[in-house]
Amino acid sequence: MSRLALTLWAIVAALFTVSLLIGPAEATIGHSLRALVAGDGGPMTVVMREIRLPRALLAVLIGGSLGLAGAAMQGYLRNPLADPGLIGVSGSAALGAVISIQTGLAAAFFLALPLMALVGALTGVLLVLLLAGPRGSSLALILAGIAISAFAGALTSLVLNLSPNPYAASEIVFWMMGSLADRSMLHVWISLPLIVLGAGLLATLSRGLDALTLGEDAAEAMGVNLTRLRLSVILGTAAVVGASTAVAGAIGFVGLVMPHLLRGFVQARPGALLWASTLGGAGMILAADILVRVVIPERDLKLGVVTALVGAPLFLHLIYRTRRSGL
Amino acid sequence: MTLLCLKGFSVRRGGKCVLRGVDLSIEAGEVVGLIGPNGAGKTTLMRAALGLIPSEGYSSLAALPARERGRNAAWMPQAREIAWPVRVETLIRLGRTPYLGAGQKLTDADHRAVDRAIGRMDLGDYRQRVATQLSGGEQARVLIARSLAQEAPLLMADEPTAGLDPAHQIATMQSFAALATEGKSVLVSLHDLGMAARHCTRLVILGQGGIAADGPARAVLTPDLIKAAFGISAHLEDTPNGIIFQPLEVLQ
Repeated sequence: MSRLALTLWAIVAALFTVSLLIGPAEATIGHSLRALVAGDGGPMTVVMREIRLPRALLAVLIGGSLGLAGAAMQGYLRNPLADPGLIGVSGSAALGAVISIQTGLAAAFFLALPLMALVGALTGVLLVLLLAGPRGSSLALILAGIAISAFAGALTSLVLNLSPNPYAASEIVFWMMGSLADRSMLHVWISLPLIVLGAGLLATLSRGLDALTLGEDAAEAMGVNLTRLRLSVILGTAAVVGASTAVAGAIGFVGLVMPHLLRGFVQARPGALLWASTLGGAGMILAADILVRVVIPERDLKLGVVTALVGAPLFLHLIYRTRRSGL
Repeated sequence: MTLLCLKGFSVRRGGKCVLRGVDLSIEAGEVVGLIGPNGAGKTTLMRAALGLIPSEGYSSLAALPARERGRNAAWMPQAREIAWPVRVETLIRLGRTPYLGAGQKLTDADHRAVDRAIGRMDLGDYRQRVATQLSGGEQARVLIARSLAQEAPLLMADEPTAGLDPAHQIATMQSFAALATEGKSVLVSLHDLGMAARHCTRLVILGQGGIAADGPARAVLTPDLIKAAFGISAHLEDTPNGIIFQPLEVLQ
Protein backbone atom coordinates (compact mmCIF):
# COMPACT_ATOMS: atom_id res chain seq x y z
CA MET A 1 0.00 0.00 0.00
CA SER A 2 1.28 3.44 -0.83
CA ARG A 3 2.11 6.08 1.75
CA LEU A 4 -0.92 8.12 0.73
CA ALA A 5 -3.25 5.14 1.21
CA LEU A 6 -1.77 4.41 4.64
CA THR A 7 -2.07 8.05 5.70
CA LEU A 8 -5.67 8.33 4.53
CA TRP A 9 -6.68 5.05 6.18
CA ALA A 10 -5.03 6.16 9.42
CA ILE A 11 -6.85 9.52 9.32
CA VAL A 12 -10.21 7.85 8.68
CA ALA A 13 -9.62 5.27 11.45
CA ALA A 14 -8.56 7.98 13.94
CA LEU A 15 -11.51 10.25 13.11
CA PHE A 16 -13.90 7.29 13.28
CA THR A 17 -12.70 6.49 16.78
CA VAL A 18 -12.93 10.13 17.88
CA SER A 19 -16.43 10.31 16.43
CA LEU A 20 -17.43 7.30 18.56
CA LEU A 21 -16.06 8.91 21.73
CA ILE A 22 -17.79 12.29 21.45
CA GLY A 23 -21.19 12.95 22.90
CA PRO A 24 -23.10 14.41 25.81
CA ALA A 25 -22.98 11.07 27.68
CA GLU A 26 -19.89 11.35 29.86
CA ALA A 27 -17.81 8.18 29.81
CA THR A 28 -14.15 7.28 29.74
CA ILE A 29 -12.62 6.07 26.49
CA GLY A 30 -12.16 2.56 27.86
CA HIS A 31 -15.71 2.40 29.16
CA SER A 32 -17.17 3.65 25.86
CA LEU A 33 -15.27 1.15 23.72
CA ARG A 34 -15.97 -1.71 26.13
CA ALA A 35 -19.66 -0.86 26.05
CA LEU A 36 -19.58 -0.85 22.25
CA VAL A 37 -17.68 -4.09 21.70
CA ALA A 38 -18.56 -6.29 24.67
CA GLY A 39 -22.00 -4.87 25.42
CA ASP A 40 -22.73 -4.70 29.13
CA GLY A 41 -26.46 -4.21 28.59
CA GLY A 42 -26.27 -0.84 30.36
CA PRO A 43 -27.26 2.59 29.02
CA MET A 44 -23.76 3.20 27.61
CA THR A 45 -24.13 0.20 25.28
CA VAL A 46 -27.36 1.67 23.94
CA VAL A 47 -25.70 5.06 23.46
CA MET A 48 -22.70 3.56 21.68
CA ARG A 49 -24.52 1.01 19.53
CA GLU A 50 -27.66 2.93 18.64
CA ILE A 51 -26.60 6.58 18.61
CA ARG A 52 -22.86 7.00 18.08
CA LEU A 53 -22.07 3.95 15.94
CA PRO A 54 -24.71 4.63 13.25
CA ARG A 55 -23.65 8.27 13.18
CA ALA A 56 -19.98 7.42 12.62
CA LEU A 57 -20.84 4.68 10.09
CA LEU A 58 -23.07 7.05 8.12
CA ALA A 59 -20.34 9.70 8.12
CA VAL A 60 -17.95 7.17 6.53
CA LEU A 61 -20.54 5.86 4.05
CA ILE A 62 -21.79 9.28 2.97
CA GLY A 63 -18.42 11.01 2.94
CA GLY A 64 -16.94 8.13 0.94
CA SER A 65 -19.89 8.23 -1.46
CA LEU A 66 -19.58 11.94 -2.11
CA GLY A 67 -15.80 11.79 -2.53
CA LEU A 68 -16.00 8.81 -4.88
CA ALA A 69 -18.83 10.22 -6.97
CA GLY A 70 -17.04 13.57 -7.23
CA ALA A 71 -13.83 11.94 -8.47
CA ALA A 72 -15.75 9.77 -10.96
CA MET A 73 -17.74 12.73 -12.28
CA GLN A 74 -14.65 14.93 -12.68
CA GLY A 75 -12.78 12.09 -14.37
CA TYR A 76 -15.61 11.35 -16.76
CA LEU A 77 -16.27 14.98 -17.69
CA ARG A 78 -12.54 15.79 -17.61
CA ASN A 79 -13.44 18.89 -15.70
CA PRO A 80 -12.15 19.75 -12.21
CA LEU A 81 -15.29 21.81 -11.54
CA ALA A 82 -17.69 18.89 -11.89
CA ASP A 83 -19.63 17.86 -8.80
CA PRO A 84 -21.79 14.81 -8.09
CA GLY A 85 -24.79 17.13 -7.77
CA LEU A 86 -24.32 18.09 -11.40
CA ILE A 87 -26.53 15.32 -12.77
CA GLY A 88 -29.47 16.49 -10.68
CA VAL A 89 -29.68 13.52 -8.30
CA SER A 90 -29.22 15.44 -5.06
CA GLY A 91 -31.74 18.08 -6.15
CA SER A 92 -34.41 15.54 -7.05
CA ALA A 93 -33.73 13.46 -3.92
CA ALA A 94 -34.18 16.61 -1.84
CA LEU A 95 -37.47 17.31 -3.62
CA GLY A 96 -38.74 13.82 -2.74
CA ALA A 97 -37.79 14.35 0.90
CA VAL A 98 -39.35 17.82 1.02
CA ILE A 99 -42.63 16.50 -0.36
CA SER A 100 -42.68 13.79 2.31
CA ILE A 101 -42.19 16.40 5.05
CA GLN A 102 -44.77 18.76 3.57
CA THR A 103 -47.47 16.12 3.14
CA GLY A 104 -46.96 14.85 6.69
CA LEU A 105 -45.89 11.41 5.42
CA ALA A 106 -42.56 11.78 7.15
CA ALA A 107 -44.26 12.40 10.48
CA ALA A 108 -46.70 9.51 10.02
CA PHE A 109 -44.15 6.90 8.97
CA PHE A 110 -40.55 7.29 9.94
CA LEU A 111 -39.04 5.68 6.83
CA ALA A 112 -41.21 7.77 4.48
CA LEU A 113 -38.60 10.53 4.18
CA PRO A 114 -35.60 8.48 3.01
CA LEU A 115 -37.81 6.30 0.79
CA MET A 116 -39.44 9.30 -0.87
CA ALA A 117 -35.99 10.83 -1.35
CA LEU A 118 -34.86 7.64 -3.10
CA VAL A 119 -37.94 7.75 -5.33
CA GLY A 120 -37.05 11.37 -6.14
CA ALA A 121 -33.44 10.44 -6.96
CA LEU A 122 -34.58 7.59 -9.20
CA THR A 123 -37.05 9.82 -11.05
CA GLY A 124 -34.36 12.46 -11.48
CA VAL A 125 -31.78 10.09 -12.91
CA LEU A 126 -34.31 8.50 -15.28
CA LEU A 127 -35.27 11.95 -16.59
CA VAL A 128 -31.59 12.87 -17.04
CA LEU A 129 -30.95 9.62 -18.94
CA LEU A 130 -34.03 10.26 -21.07
CA LEU A 131 -32.94 13.82 -21.84
CA ALA A 132 -29.25 13.16 -22.41
CA GLY A 133 -29.67 9.84 -24.23
CA PRO A 134 -27.80 6.65 -23.35
CA ARG A 135 -24.80 7.48 -25.55
CA GLY A 136 -24.86 11.23 -26.06
CA SER A 137 -22.02 13.65 -25.40
CA SER A 138 -20.88 14.73 -21.96
CA LEU A 139 -22.20 18.23 -22.73
CA ALA A 140 -25.71 16.83 -23.21
CA LEU A 141 -25.37 15.15 -19.79
CA ILE A 142 -24.30 18.40 -18.10
CA LEU A 143 -27.15 20.34 -19.70
CA ALA A 144 -29.73 17.68 -18.80
CA GLY A 145 -28.39 17.61 -15.22
CA ILE A 146 -28.58 21.40 -14.89
CA ALA A 147 -32.12 21.40 -16.28
CA ILE A 148 -33.30 18.69 -13.86
CA SER A 149 -31.51 20.35 -10.91
CA ALA A 150 -33.12 23.68 -11.72
CA PHE A 151 -36.56 22.11 -12.10
CA ALA A 152 -36.24 20.13 -8.86
CA GLY A 153 -35.04 23.32 -7.13
CA ALA A 154 -38.02 25.26 -8.48
CA LEU A 155 -40.46 22.61 -7.29
CA THR A 156 -38.80 22.54 -3.86
CA SER A 157 -39.23 26.32 -3.63
CA LEU A 158 -42.85 25.94 -4.72
CA VAL A 159 -43.50 23.45 -1.91
CA LEU A 160 -41.90 25.84 0.60
CA ASN A 161 -43.81 28.76 -0.88
CA LEU A 162 -47.19 27.06 -0.60
CA SER A 163 -46.49 25.55 2.80
CA PRO A 164 -49.36 26.66 5.06
CA ASN A 165 -47.50 25.45 8.10
CA PRO A 166 -44.43 27.38 9.29
CA TYR A 167 -43.20 24.37 11.27
CA ALA A 168 -43.11 22.21 8.18
CA ALA A 169 -41.33 25.02 6.31
CA SER A 170 -38.64 25.38 8.95
CA GLU A 171 -38.27 21.60 9.21
CA ILE A 172 -37.74 21.49 5.44
CA VAL A 173 -35.14 24.25 5.55
CA PHE A 174 -33.23 22.55 8.38
CA TRP A 175 -33.44 19.15 6.69
CA MET A 176 -32.00 20.58 3.48
CA MET A 177 -28.91 21.81 5.33
CA GLY A 178 -27.87 18.21 5.88
CA SER A 179 -27.19 16.49 9.17
CA LEU A 180 -26.26 13.18 10.74
CA ALA A 181 -27.89 13.88 14.09
CA ASP A 182 -30.43 11.36 15.45
CA ARG A 183 -29.85 8.77 12.74
CA SER A 184 -30.28 5.09 13.64
CA MET A 185 -28.89 1.81 12.38
CA LEU A 186 -32.02 1.59 10.23
CA HIS A 187 -30.71 4.55 8.21
CA VAL A 188 -27.45 2.66 7.76
CA TRP A 189 -29.34 -0.39 6.49
CA ILE A 190 -31.41 1.71 4.05
CA SER A 191 -28.43 3.41 2.49
CA LEU A 192 -25.84 0.63 2.69
CA PRO A 193 -27.07 -1.65 -0.16
CA LEU A 194 -27.39 1.22 -2.63
CA ILE A 195 -24.05 2.73 -1.64
CA VAL A 196 -22.29 -0.64 -1.94
CA LEU A 197 -23.92 -1.22 -5.33
CA GLY A 198 -23.09 2.25 -6.66
CA ALA A 199 -19.56 2.25 -5.27
CA GLY A 200 -18.99 -1.19 -6.82
CA LEU A 201 -20.06 0.21 -10.18
CA LEU A 202 -17.87 3.32 -9.87
CA ALA A 203 -14.85 1.35 -8.67
CA THR A 204 -14.74 -0.57 -11.98
CA LEU A 205 -14.20 2.65 -13.94
CA SER A 206 -10.59 3.26 -12.96
CA ARG A 207 -9.01 2.12 -16.24
CA GLY A 208 -11.62 3.74 -18.47
CA LEU A 209 -11.26 7.08 -16.68
CA ASP A 210 -7.47 6.89 -17.03
CA ALA A 211 -7.84 6.27 -20.77
CA LEU A 212 -10.24 9.21 -21.07
CA THR A 213 -7.30 11.49 -20.21
CA LEU A 214 -6.50 11.19 -23.93
CA GLY A 215 -10.01 12.18 -25.02
CA GLU A 216 -13.08 10.18 -25.97
CA ASP A 217 -11.83 9.20 -29.43
CA ALA A 218 -8.49 7.81 -28.29
CA ALA A 219 -10.08 6.03 -25.31
CA GLU A 220 -12.69 4.36 -27.49
CA ALA A 221 -10.06 3.29 -30.01
CA MET A 222 -8.15 1.62 -27.16
CA GLY A 223 -11.15 -0.58 -26.46
CA VAL A 224 -12.91 1.44 -23.75
CA ASN A 225 -16.68 1.05 -24.04
CA LEU A 226 -17.79 4.67 -23.65
CA THR A 227 -21.52 3.88 -23.59
CA ARG A 228 -21.05 1.51 -20.67
CA LEU A 229 -18.66 3.89 -18.91
CA ARG A 230 -21.14 6.74 -19.16
CA LEU A 231 -24.04 4.62 -17.94
CA SER A 232 -21.94 3.34 -15.02
CA VAL A 233 -20.94 6.89 -14.03
CA ILE A 234 -24.56 8.08 -14.09
CA LEU A 235 -26.11 5.07 -12.34
CA GLY A 236 -23.27 4.69 -9.83
CA THR A 237 -23.36 8.37 -8.91
CA ALA A 238 -27.16 8.31 -8.70
CA ALA A 239 -27.07 5.30 -6.34
CA VAL A 240 -24.46 6.63 -3.91
CA VAL A 241 -25.56 10.29 -3.95
CA GLY A 242 -29.27 9.42 -3.91
CA ALA A 243 -28.81 7.13 -0.90
CA SER A 244 -26.61 9.70 0.87
CA THR A 245 -29.04 12.56 0.33
CA ALA A 246 -31.94 10.35 1.41
CA VAL A 247 -30.50 9.73 4.88
CA ALA A 248 -28.48 12.89 5.51
CA GLY A 249 -29.88 15.69 3.37
CA ALA A 250 -27.89 17.76 0.89
CA ILE A 251 -24.21 17.99 1.84
CA GLY A 252 -22.22 20.09 -0.58
CA PHE A 253 -18.59 20.73 -1.45
CA VAL A 254 -17.18 17.33 -0.43
CA GLY A 255 -17.46 15.88 -3.93
CA LEU A 256 -16.06 19.06 -5.43
CA VAL A 257 -13.18 19.79 -3.05
CA MET A 258 -11.88 16.31 -2.17
CA PRO A 259 -10.78 15.24 -5.68
CA HIS A 260 -9.16 18.66 -6.08
CA LEU A 261 -7.30 18.41 -2.80
CA LEU A 262 -5.93 14.92 -3.47
CA ARG A 263 -5.26 15.14 -7.23
CA GLY A 264 -1.66 16.23 -6.71
CA PHE A 265 -0.96 13.26 -4.40
CA VAL A 266 -1.88 10.68 -7.07
CA GLN A 267 -0.04 12.49 -9.91
CA ALA A 268 -3.44 13.51 -11.32
CA ARG A 269 -4.32 9.94 -12.39
CA PRO A 270 -8.14 9.90 -12.45
CA GLY A 271 -8.31 6.16 -11.72
CA ALA A 272 -6.16 6.36 -8.59
CA LEU A 273 -8.08 9.45 -7.50
CA LEU A 274 -11.22 7.31 -7.11
CA TRP A 275 -10.10 5.46 -3.95
CA ALA A 276 -8.09 8.40 -2.61
CA SER A 277 -11.09 10.72 -2.87
CA THR A 278 -13.33 8.07 -1.29
CA LEU A 279 -11.12 7.92 1.82
CA GLY A 280 -10.66 11.70 1.82
CA GLY A 281 -14.41 12.28 1.64
CA ALA A 282 -15.03 9.87 4.52
CA GLY A 283 -12.42 11.74 6.57
CA MET A 284 -13.89 15.14 5.71
CA ILE A 285 -17.45 14.22 6.76
CA LEU A 286 -16.20 12.51 9.95
CA ALA A 287 -14.22 15.65 10.80
CA ALA A 288 -17.10 18.00 9.99
CA ASP A 289 -19.51 15.90 12.04
CA ILE A 290 -17.08 16.02 14.99
CA LEU A 291 -16.83 19.82 14.62
CA VAL A 292 -20.61 20.12 14.59
CA ARG A 293 -20.77 18.38 17.98
CA VAL A 294 -17.77 20.08 19.55
CA VAL A 295 -18.06 23.75 18.52
CA ILE A 296 -21.57 24.64 19.65
CA PRO A 297 -23.18 21.38 20.79
CA GLU A 298 -26.27 23.12 22.22
CA ARG A 299 -27.26 24.85 18.94
CA ASP A 300 -27.52 21.85 16.55
CA LEU A 301 -25.17 23.22 13.92
CA LYS A 302 -25.94 21.54 10.57
CA LEU A 303 -23.35 19.36 8.85
CA GLY A 304 -23.94 20.78 5.36
CA VAL A 305 -23.34 24.28 6.71
CA VAL A 306 -19.97 23.26 8.13
CA THR A 307 -18.81 21.45 4.97
CA ALA A 308 -19.72 24.51 2.92
CA LEU A 309 -18.03 26.88 5.41
CA VAL A 310 -14.86 24.78 5.34
CA GLY A 311 -15.13 23.77 1.69
CA ALA A 312 -15.64 27.15 0.08
CA PRO A 313 -12.45 28.84 1.39
CA LEU A 314 -10.52 25.63 0.69
CA PHE A 315 -11.82 25.73 -2.85
CA LEU A 316 -10.84 29.39 -3.24
CA HIS A 317 -7.35 28.56 -2.02
CA LEU A 318 -7.11 25.72 -4.55
CA ILE A 319 -8.21 28.00 -7.37
CA TYR A 320 -5.57 30.52 -6.32
CA ARG A 321 -2.88 27.81 -6.23
CA THR A 322 -3.99 26.41 -9.60
CA ARG A 323 -3.84 29.87 -11.14
CA ARG A 324 -0.35 30.44 -9.79
CA SER A 325 1.00 27.18 -11.18
CA GLY A 326 -0.36 28.25 -14.56
CA LEU A 327 -2.51 25.22 -15.06
CA MET B 1 -0.84 -9.84 -44.57
CA THR B 2 -3.71 -7.35 -44.90
CA LEU B 3 -3.91 -5.01 -41.88
CA LEU B 4 -6.86 -2.93 -43.03
CA CYS B 5 -9.42 -3.70 -45.68
CA LEU B 6 -12.27 -1.39 -46.70
CA LYS B 7 -14.82 -2.53 -49.29
CA GLY B 8 -17.68 -0.42 -50.63
CA PHE B 9 -17.14 1.82 -47.61
CA SER B 10 -19.43 4.85 -47.27
CA VAL B 11 -19.84 7.42 -44.50
CA ARG B 12 -22.66 9.91 -44.03
CA ARG B 13 -22.29 12.86 -41.70
CA GLY B 14 -25.27 15.07 -40.95
CA GLY B 15 -27.25 13.70 -43.90
CA LYS B 16 -24.42 14.45 -46.34
CA CYS B 17 -22.48 11.65 -47.99
CA VAL B 18 -18.83 12.41 -47.14
CA LEU B 19 -17.33 9.21 -48.56
CA ARG B 20 -18.88 6.82 -51.05
CA GLY B 21 -17.76 3.37 -52.21
CA VAL B 22 -14.20 3.55 -50.91
CA ASP B 23 -12.05 0.44 -51.48
CA LEU B 24 -8.73 0.47 -49.68
CA SER B 25 -6.43 -2.18 -48.39
CA ILE B 26 -3.21 -1.79 -46.44
CA GLU B 27 -0.66 -4.59 -46.39
CA ALA B 28 2.15 -5.16 -43.90
CA GLY B 29 5.24 -2.97 -44.28
CA GLU B 30 3.63 0.12 -45.79
CA VAL B 31 3.66 3.80 -44.85
CA VAL B 32 0.51 5.09 -46.52
CA GLY B 33 0.12 8.86 -46.70
CA LEU B 34 -3.48 10.03 -46.78
CA ILE B 35 -3.63 13.41 -48.49
CA GLY B 36 -6.37 15.68 -49.71
CA PRO B 37 -7.69 19.23 -49.25
CA ASN B 38 -9.54 20.37 -46.09
CA GLY B 39 -12.89 18.63 -45.79
CA ALA B 40 -11.97 15.80 -48.17
CA GLY B 41 -12.75 13.29 -45.40
CA LYS B 42 -9.31 12.15 -44.24
CA THR B 43 -10.21 12.17 -40.55
CA THR B 44 -13.69 10.82 -41.28
CA LEU B 45 -12.22 7.90 -43.25
CA MET B 46 -9.87 6.93 -40.43
CA ARG B 47 -12.43 7.31 -37.63
CA ALA B 48 -15.08 5.37 -39.55
CA ALA B 49 -12.60 2.64 -40.49
CA LEU B 50 -11.97 2.20 -36.74
CA GLY B 51 -15.70 2.04 -36.08
CA LEU B 52 -15.73 5.26 -34.01
CA ILE B 53 -18.50 6.71 -36.20
CA PRO B 54 -21.24 4.83 -38.08
CA SER B 55 -20.56 3.73 -41.65
CA GLU B 56 -21.89 1.49 -44.38
CA GLY B 57 -19.95 -1.21 -46.18
CA TYR B 58 -17.13 -3.37 -44.87
CA SER B 59 -14.22 -2.39 -42.64
CA SER B 60 -12.03 -5.18 -41.27
CA LEU B 61 -11.24 -3.11 -38.13
CA ALA B 62 -14.75 -1.86 -37.34
CA ALA B 63 -15.93 -5.49 -37.50
CA LEU B 64 -13.69 -6.47 -34.55
CA PRO B 65 -14.73 -6.37 -30.86
CA ALA B 66 -13.49 -3.18 -29.16
CA ARG B 67 -10.49 -4.56 -27.24
CA GLU B 68 -9.44 -6.80 -30.11
CA ARG B 69 -9.47 -3.75 -32.37
CA GLY B 70 -7.35 -1.87 -29.84
CA ARG B 71 -4.66 -4.55 -30.24
CA ASN B 72 -4.88 -4.44 -34.03
CA ALA B 73 -4.81 -0.71 -34.63
CA ALA B 74 -3.52 2.27 -32.66
CA TRP B 75 -5.23 5.61 -33.24
CA MET B 76 -3.71 9.02 -32.71
CA PRO B 77 -6.45 11.65 -33.09
CA GLN B 78 -5.73 15.11 -34.40
CA ALA B 79 -7.02 16.79 -31.22
CA ARG B 80 -4.07 16.53 -28.85
CA GLU B 81 -5.98 16.10 -25.70
CA ILE B 82 -4.28 15.70 -22.33
CA ALA B 83 -7.00 16.31 -19.77
CA TRP B 84 -5.00 16.05 -16.52
CA PRO B 85 -1.48 17.09 -15.47
CA VAL B 86 -0.19 13.50 -15.45
CA ARG B 87 3.46 12.44 -15.85
CA VAL B 88 4.70 11.73 -19.38
CA GLU B 89 5.43 8.11 -18.48
CA THR B 90 1.91 7.63 -17.06
CA LEU B 91 0.43 9.00 -20.26
CA ILE B 92 2.50 6.74 -22.52
CA ARG B 93 1.56 3.72 -20.37
CA LEU B 94 -2.08 4.34 -21.32
CA GLY B 95 -1.16 2.86 -24.71
CA ARG B 96 -1.14 -0.56 -23.02
CA THR B 97 -4.85 -0.26 -22.10
CA PRO B 98 -6.08 -2.79 -24.73
CA TYR B 99 -3.83 -5.50 -23.27
CA LEU B 100 -4.92 -5.18 -19.65
CA GLY B 101 -7.87 -6.85 -17.96
CA ALA B 102 -9.83 -5.22 -15.15
CA GLY B 103 -7.51 -4.34 -12.27
CA GLN B 104 -4.50 -5.96 -13.96
CA LYS B 105 -1.11 -4.32 -13.46
CA LEU B 106 1.38 -3.68 -16.26
CA THR B 107 3.57 -6.73 -16.94
CA ASP B 108 7.29 -6.66 -17.79
CA ALA B 109 6.35 -6.96 -21.47
CA ASP B 110 4.14 -3.87 -21.12
CA HIS B 111 6.97 -1.91 -19.47
CA ARG B 112 9.34 -2.93 -22.26
CA ALA B 113 6.84 -1.72 -24.88
CA VAL B 114 6.58 1.62 -23.05
CA ASP B 115 10.38 1.90 -22.90
CA ARG B 116 10.68 1.17 -26.63
CA ALA B 117 8.11 3.86 -27.44
CA ILE B 118 9.92 6.38 -25.22
CA GLY B 119 13.19 5.47 -26.94
CA ARG B 120 11.73 5.85 -30.44
CA MET B 121 10.40 9.34 -29.73
CA ASP B 122 13.57 10.31 -27.83
CA LEU B 123 11.64 11.15 -24.65
CA GLY B 124 13.98 9.56 -22.09
CA ASP B 125 14.57 12.87 -20.28
CA TYR B 126 10.85 13.62 -20.16
CA ARG B 127 9.58 10.56 -18.25
CA GLN B 128 8.87 12.38 -14.99
CA ARG B 129 7.81 15.71 -16.54
CA VAL B 130 4.19 16.83 -16.26
CA ALA B 131 2.65 16.35 -19.70
CA THR B 132 0.41 19.44 -19.62
CA GLN B 133 3.39 21.70 -18.92
CA LEU B 134 5.21 20.69 -22.12
CA SER B 135 5.11 22.72 -25.34
CA GLY B 136 2.63 21.77 -28.06
CA GLY B 137 5.29 20.00 -30.13
CA GLU B 138 6.58 18.07 -27.12
CA GLN B 139 3.03 17.04 -26.26
CA ALA B 140 2.59 15.79 -29.83
CA ARG B 141 5.70 13.63 -29.47
CA VAL B 142 4.43 12.24 -26.16
CA LEU B 143 1.10 11.37 -27.78
CA ILE B 144 2.84 9.71 -30.72
CA ALA B 145 4.86 7.70 -28.18
CA ARG B 146 1.58 6.71 -26.52
CA SER B 147 0.23 5.31 -29.79
CA LEU B 148 3.57 3.57 -30.47
CA ALA B 149 3.42 1.94 -27.02
CA GLN B 150 0.23 0.25 -28.17
CA GLU B 151 2.47 -1.77 -30.57
CA ALA B 152 -0.45 -2.60 -32.84
CA PRO B 153 0.28 -3.93 -36.36
CA LEU B 154 -1.36 -0.81 -37.82
CA LEU B 155 -0.87 2.76 -36.61
CA MET B 156 -3.34 5.38 -37.79
CA ALA B 157 -2.23 8.93 -37.11
CA ASP B 158 -4.13 12.10 -37.97
CA GLU B 159 -1.66 14.86 -38.81
CA PRO B 160 0.94 13.73 -36.29
CA THR B 161 3.60 16.12 -37.57
CA ALA B 162 1.55 19.35 -37.37
CA GLY B 163 3.29 21.79 -35.06
CA LEU B 164 6.59 19.86 -34.86
CA ASP B 165 9.94 21.44 -35.69
CA PRO B 166 11.60 20.16 -38.92
CA ALA B 167 13.94 17.78 -37.11
CA HIS B 168 11.12 16.14 -35.18
CA GLN B 169 8.86 16.04 -38.26
CA ILE B 170 11.54 14.10 -40.11
CA ALA B 171 12.32 11.95 -37.07
CA THR B 172 8.63 11.07 -36.72
CA MET B 173 8.33 10.07 -40.37
CA GLN B 174 11.55 8.05 -40.06
CA SER B 175 10.21 6.22 -37.02
CA PHE B 176 7.13 5.36 -39.09
CA ALA B 177 9.43 4.04 -41.82
CA ALA B 178 11.25 1.98 -39.19
CA LEU B 179 7.92 0.47 -38.10
CA ALA B 180 7.30 -0.51 -41.74
CA THR B 181 10.63 -2.33 -41.95
CA GLU B 182 9.53 -4.33 -38.89
CA GLY B 183 6.46 -5.50 -40.80
CA LYS B 184 4.02 -3.04 -39.27
CA SER B 185 2.14 -0.42 -41.23
CA VAL B 186 1.20 3.21 -40.81
CA LEU B 187 -1.71 5.17 -42.25
CA VAL B 188 -0.93 8.82 -41.77
CA SER B 189 -2.83 11.89 -42.90
CA LEU B 190 -0.57 14.76 -43.91
CA HIS B 191 -0.88 18.28 -45.29
CA ASP B 192 2.81 18.64 -46.08
CA LEU B 193 2.93 17.05 -49.53
CA GLY B 194 6.73 17.30 -49.70
CA MET B 195 6.97 15.27 -46.51
CA ALA B 196 4.39 12.81 -47.82
CA ALA B 197 6.21 12.38 -51.15
CA ARG B 198 9.53 11.78 -49.43
CA HIS B 199 8.64 9.46 -46.58
CA CYS B 200 5.57 7.45 -47.62
CA THR B 201 5.78 4.23 -49.60
CA ARG B 202 2.36 4.94 -51.03
CA LEU B 203 0.00 7.93 -51.29
CA VAL B 204 -3.80 8.00 -51.32
CA ILE B 205 -5.50 11.21 -52.48
CA LEU B 206 -9.02 11.79 -51.19
CA GLY B 207 -11.30 14.06 -53.19
CA GLN B 208 -14.92 14.34 -54.34
CA GLY B 209 -16.15 11.78 -51.81
CA GLY B 210 -13.78 9.00 -52.74
CA ILE B 211 -10.24 7.94 -53.56
CA ALA B 212 -8.96 10.08 -56.44
CA ALA B 213 -5.61 8.34 -56.76
CA ASP B 214 -3.73 5.55 -55.00
CA GLY B 215 -0.15 4.51 -55.65
CA PRO B 216 3.52 5.40 -55.26
CA ALA B 217 4.33 9.13 -54.95
CA ARG B 218 5.67 9.34 -58.52
CA ALA B 219 2.36 8.00 -59.94
CA VAL B 220 0.06 10.04 -57.72
CA LEU B 221 1.67 13.48 -57.66
CA THR B 222 1.15 14.19 -61.36
CA PRO B 223 0.35 17.78 -62.41
CA ASP B 224 -3.20 16.80 -63.47
CA LEU B 225 -4.06 14.94 -60.25
CA ILE B 226 -2.50 17.69 -58.10
CA LYS B 227 -4.45 20.33 -59.97
CA ALA B 228 -7.72 18.39 -59.71
CA ALA B 229 -7.35 17.59 -56.01
CA PHE B 230 -5.71 20.70 -54.57
CA GLY B 231 -6.04 23.36 -57.30
CA ILE B 232 -2.32 24.10 -57.24
CA SER B 233 0.70 23.67 -59.46
CA ALA B 234 3.87 22.07 -58.14
CA HIS B 235 7.44 21.21 -58.94
CA LEU B 236 8.43 17.56 -58.67
CA GLU B 237 11.95 16.30 -59.17
CA ASP B 238 13.76 13.02 -58.65
CA THR B 239 17.13 13.73 -57.12
CA PRO B 240 19.87 11.53 -55.70
CA ASN B 241 18.46 12.60 -52.31
CA GLY B 242 14.98 11.31 -53.09
CA ILE B 243 11.85 12.99 -54.38
CA ILE B 244 11.62 16.77 -53.97
CA PHE B 245 8.06 18.09 -54.14
CA GLN B 246 7.37 21.80 -53.81
CA PRO B 247 3.89 23.35 -54.27
CA LEU B 248 4.19 26.51 -56.38
CA GLU B 249 0.98 28.49 -56.83
CA VAL B 250 -2.79 28.39 -56.70
CA LEU B 251 -4.46 27.71 -60.05
CA GLN B 252 -7.71 29.48 -60.89
